Amino acid sequence: MAVRIQEQDFDVSSELATLRAGDTRVGAVATFTGLVREVNDAAQVSTLTLEHYPGMTEKALAQIIDDAKQRWDIYDALVIHRVGPLKPGEQIVFVAVTSAHRGESFAACQFIMDYLKTRAPLWKKEQTPEGERWVEARASDEDAAARW
Amino acid sequence: MVRIVYLARLRDAFGRSTEHVELPGDIGTVGALLAWLRTRGGVWSQELASGRAVRVAVNHDLAQAATLIGSDDEVALFPPVTGG
Repeated sequence: MAVRIQEQDFDVSSELATLRAGDTRVGAVATFTGLVREVNDAAQVSTLTLEHYPGMTEKALAQIIDDAKQRWDIYDALVIHRVGPLKPGEQIVFVAVTSAHRGESFAACQFIMDYLKTRAPLWKKEQTPEGERWVEARASDEDAAARW
Repeated sequence: MVRIVYLARLRDAFGRSTEHVELPGDIGTVGALLAWLRTRGGVWSQELASGRAVRVAVNHDLAQAATLIGSDDEVALFPPVTGG
């Protein structure tokens, strides 16, 4: 189980190789990669800046992974979240979960992302042609987390 | 001294990221702290108005209005999260 908050980009294939290295119980790996979109709420986004709360963000994400472990029979999980200024097309977030069978890792991966979006202290600020604006929380994200 | 941390939009609005305050003796909970900060007026009463979504953490754990605040605690105020 690992959580990393970092400015630098990550390489999905090497992260996956590390996550499952030496564990031949693993029969399934589910992953999610989130990217910066160039258009949000009808505005062109030139830069998306991610901010976190050092200490609490890592703790909250570790708690979310623990919750997932309680609910599903999974072997390992990794969450990487980038912070700082990002451009459209760049990777923001990565979640990977290993398990024996696909059902557990699919569900746990989705659960971790839904909880991350509503519980982990991270905030987005967009640079648009009209200036900077903080992204507002969406009710649909709360709905997605509530179904678990 | 309580350390208060302001994050994201609230840091921009208040023009500061942290402050150390000696709380009056009767300010012992998150709810009381928010009410006390509101008495500063202006942007403080606007951003922290009841009805505005403000999240509070005490020592890195999400808190409620009734959560107690001790003298060496770190209290963070932030808007609803938007990561991922």
